[in-house]
Amino acid sequence: MHSLWLIPIFPLVGFLINGMLGRRFSKTVINTVAVGSVVLSFLWVLKALSALAPLNETYVEHYFTWISSGTLDIGFDFAIDRLTMVMLLVVTGIGSLIHVYATGYMAHEGGYYRFFAYLNLFMFFMLTLVLAANYVLLFVGWEGVGLCSYLLIGFYFLKKSASDAGKKAFIVNRIGDFGFSLAMFLIVISFGTLDFQKVFAKASTISPEVQYGSITTICLLLLVGAIGKSAQIPLYVWLPDAMEGPTPVSALIHAATMVTAGVYMIARSATLFERAPIAMDVVAYIGLATAVMAATIGLVQNDIKKVYAYSTVSQLGYMFLGCGVGAFSAGIWHVVTHAFFKALLFLGAGSVIHACAGEQDMQKMGGLMKKIPITFAVLFIAAMAIAGVPPLSGHYSKDAILMAAHARAPWMYWVGVVTAGMTAFYVFRSIFLTFFGEYRGKAHPHESPAVMWVPLAVLAVLSLIGGYAFNIPEFLSPVLPMHGGVHDESLATIATAAGLAGILLAAICYLFVPSIPGALASAFAPIYQTLYDKYYVDELYNVSIVKPIANGSREILWKGADVGVFDALVNGAGTTSMALGGLLRKMQSGNLRTYASWVLIGILLVMGGFAVYGGAK
Amino acid sequence: MPANFMPSAAEYFRFAPEIILTIVGTLVMILEAMTGDRDKSSLGYVSLLGLAAAMAAAVAANNDPGLAFQSMIIVDGFATFFRVLVLGVGMLTILVSTNYLSEAKANSGDFYALILFSVVGQSLMACANELIMIFIGIEISSIASYILAGYLRDDRRNNESALKYFLMGSFATAFLLYGVAWIYGLTGSTNLGEIRTVLSHGTAPTAMVGISAALMLVGLAFKVSAAPFQVWAPDVYQGSSAPISAFMSAGPKAAAFAVMVRVFYTSFDSISNQWEPVFWIMSLATMVIGNFAALQQRNIKRMLAYSSIAHAGYVMVAVTSHSAVGTAAVMFYLASYCLMNIGAFAVVTWMARDGEKFVEVDDFSGLAQKQPFVTAILTVLILSLVGVPLTGGFFGKFLVFKAAIDSHLMWLAILGLLNSAVAAYYYLRVLVVMYFREPGASTVNLPPVAGTLRVAMLVTTLGTIALGIFPGLILGFATQSSTLGK
Amino acid sequence: MITINHYMAVSAALLLIGTVGVMTRRNIVVILMSIELILNAVNVNLIAFSKYHNQVTGQVFAIFVIAVAVAEAAVGLGVLIAMFRNKGTVQADEVDLLKW
Repeated sequence: MHSLWLIPIFPLVGFLINGMLGRRFSKTVINTVAVGSVVLSFLWVLKALSALAPLNETYVEHYFTWISSGTLDIGFDFAIDRLTMVMLLVVTGIGSLIHVYATGYMAHEGGYYRFFAYLNLFMFFMLTLVLAANYVLLFVGWEGVGLCSYLLIGFYFLKKSASDAGKKAFIVNRIGDFGFSLAMFLIVISFGTLDFQKVFAKASTISPEVQYGSITTICLLLLVGAIGKSAQIPLYVWLPDAMEGPTPVSALIHAATMVTAGVYMIARSATLFERAPIAMDVVAYIGLATAVMAATIGLVQNDIKKVYAYSTVSQLGYMFLGCGVGAFSAGIWHVVTHAFFKALLFLGAGSVIHACAGEQDMQKMGGLMKKIPITFAVLFIAAMAIAGVPPLSGHYSKDAILMAAHARAPWMYWVGVVTAGMTAFYVFRSIFLTFFGEYRGKAHPHESPAVMWVPLAVLAVLSLIGGYAFNIPEFLSPVLPMHGGVHDESLATIATAAGLAGILLAAICYLFVPSIPGALASAFAPIYQTLYDKYYVDELYNVSIVKPIANGSREILWKGADVGVFDALVNGAGTTSMALGGLLRKMQSGNLRTYASWVLIGILLVMGGFAVYGGAK
Repeated sequence: MPANFMPSAAEYFRFAPEIILTIVGTLVMILEAMTGDRDKSSLGYVSLLGLAAAMAAAVAANNDPGLAFQSMIIVDGFATFFRVLVLGVGMLTILVSTNYLSEAKANSGDFYALILFSVVGQSLMACANELIMIFIGIEISSIASYILAGYLRDDRRNNESALKYFLMGSFATAFLLYGVAWIYGLTGSTNLGEIRTVLSHGTAPTAMVGISAALMLVGLAFKVSAAPFQVWAPDVYQGSSAPISAFMSAGPKAAAFAVMVRVFYTSFDSISNQWEPVFWIMSLATMVIGNFAALQQRNIKRMLAYSSIAHAGYVMVAVTSHSAVGTAAVMFYLASYCLMNIGAFAVVTWMARDGEKFVEVDDFSGLAQKQPFVTAILTVLILSLVGVPLTGGFFGKFLVFKAAIDSHLMWLAILGLLNSAVAAYYYLRVLVVMYFREPGASTVNLPPVAGTLRVAMLVTTLGTIALGIFPGLILGFATQSSTLGK
Repeated sequence: MITINHYMAVSAALLLIGTVGVMTRRNIVVILMSIELILNAVNVNLIAFSKYHNQVTGQVFAIFVIAVAVAEAAVGLGVLIAMFRNKGTVQADEVDLLKW
């Protein structure tokens, strides 16, 4: 036994200590507990891995039988294979860095202990998710990280937008979770187990013509779950709003770890997806569409965190594309490199915001290069990495995905290349707007303390060498064999050129001829406005789903029911559910004789039911 | 009558829990008269002891399962499970009530005696093997709870709650009785097993049997607050004192489900083609009404009332599946439901304070900052009510929907899952106000958490978590005891 | 010859009268009486079936029902009196503090 359970338990203990006693602790104690617990689990991961190396086979630890009902047995099991190992290192490693950073970033915030308690709880659930040896335990982590994400997004709960964003994240994710739970039930029906190894073993033996239909359904439902968690079309709307949370949260949860859980889950279920070609195609299309759409929105945003948020959505789209074209390990590679450079981008952005006294609008920044040079340096590296400039980390993983996409269908590659160009453009746009030119704000920018920039420096190193140093697909080849996608120099060069072209274009627009963006925006005002307003998707959802249902039911009820119903509706307001609820609660009119009538009606209905089905005998 | 008319010692042993409770209940009433104006909390402890003794007797009786009193009583795993459950509910209720009653200056032995008597009825329902016993059990349980619902005589909400509960309850029970009478007429027996035998011959007129079964279902559906007989529940739970709402939403409901499962799985097994579709519709309607009507509630007691209707709907799903897995799911779900619901009402009891002034969801604003202990308790309980993994509520739902799918009730399972997604919204609001709002007037001068109440909160919360992590604790026993009438 | 069916018809009539009474009467005391009427419908049935099956079970059952009905009526009147003291009415339609 290697006591894998200790890995998630450390942060849980941290959560319990800080959550229960944190109010009485000094900040030093809280920091020690919070950071220490995550670092401990990082160290324990290293220890377990060195003991388990080379980890060619899955290593399972069975703790106890969690549930046994009929033929179904679900164990409280943790398993570790190379895929898990990669994720564990990313989660605990990046997690430790971000915890350290947060001690500096949150130093002056209220609810300090609460913040770190939630953050530790998040780590516990995220590690449970990654270590789980079956779908149910994975679901435990899945729900848990969602809950923590929601608590942390709404951390500044005095801001209405923050608590609204928290609720939005929770509600949108419920849709995904619903798909996931349905998928689990279908897996039980089809395979009689939820254990990863058993499910995949059975899936690989059953004959194609019998079971492919149900596997496709299962995969599509799993995909619904993944779409919610990893913010893909059409459920991506919560992620940009989630930036209302503190910046370390955006970096840890909404860039590096939780949002990649969907990708991890798909890669984990690769055996199933490979037997469901239709589902694979859907994954690829959704990923590609999300990548393009989010990148176009990112082109014109002015809030620095919003730019990176849409960039995250777009990069997650890349990862989905990778999985969808069969290059699961390339997708995971991108998860890893993205964790480096996107965490860096967010933390750097946090440092910028910190320096500008809370300002997030890039139009009120500028010229920060000299004032916060370290932040500038690391952000510049991160931007190079995401733009795919060789030999930085992003270059390798993005190339791997694009090669695989080309093998699947050349047009996917070309769309991906264009998106890569846009990515380079918007990320350098943010760099140029923030650090070059003249300072346009009113605050007095200052460099962040060492606790904040040291983690940045570490991440910067990882972003620099992470792609070259860690050849994830090769490492993962025993778990996730790489299909297709022969490395083609000319294709790779084109992709790199697209990135460089994006950078160049951004430099022209925002450094040399600053009049171009304004001219373009006014020349293509409708397009610009559409992009700026994010394709009006939020409005579209409001107009097409929320309002018609509310209006429709109001109309019907206005005509069909008494004014009391209408009043209740207006007061309760909102959605169909509310309207339906308003209608249903009217059953409970408070009047005794009405109740008696309901009982009588019920009696007649029940007797009628028995009679109808009795007659059908 | 022959000499064997006198019951044997083993039979008394099987009936010991009810006997103990009746004696202790009577004793408490006598003590009440003797203690005069002194503090009555000690009577609460006497009642707790009585319940504990009855629970020990119930567990002991399970070592020697079998029939008693001319097969009127049956002691099997199923009966024992529900006996222990309702006895536990009784104990938790007393823990929740003591402090509340002292504050309302209504602490009296009568209250505890009524709880004990009501539990006697429920315990009898759990082990009744015959329609007369079922009827007597329901009535003992109900009459005591009618009084409990209106226990604070000077409170108008209590008055109204008791009146509605009483009138609707006796109305529905009258129909149940009418159905029982017909079944007796059709089969010539009131014993569940004999009824099953007669009905399986198929000689009795199907339509008449169906109508009688329907009438019995009406009475039981009323007790479990299944649609369309749920109308009374929100008013009654809202109007009664919070500890009583906790009691009524747990004990009588669990016992009525025990009766429902036993009667329909045993006696009406052969006409399952008639009742299964009706149960299907009822369970769906119950879930929908409970969950959707809860969305608009501002009063937390009323919201919990609707939520308890919804939970009854989930249990109905398991009943509909008509299988051993379903029975086990019913048992597990009810156990975890009783824990989390009583726990939630315990928190409401604490928050409401004397005269129940603070019973709006918004009154919980900012509780996280003022009372982290209670907030943590309520958070766990609410997450369990939502059905988040690692809580008992999750496994309850998991088992219920698994039972439904095993019985090929695919649509019911899907619609049920959708419903449980809706439920997240109204539970969520409680979390939102606790964590994301600034404290208001309601959280000024929060009372200390009394010792007994604290025990109840901890027991329910830890129990909920324990069921989430080690469902095997009771699932194993439930599965062993789940083959009824087979 | 009076057969079992006649008794059942009487019982059904009593049930119907009782039910209609519960639905239509405003005075809670009368509603209470109507419920008692339904219970008596049950008793008629039980006695008739008891005779029909030539068993004593039904009659025993009927005695139980009578006893329970008395207890129920006592509690019901008690509840009603408590309400009357606070609210000064026994009209069913005036009891609607709790709703929706």
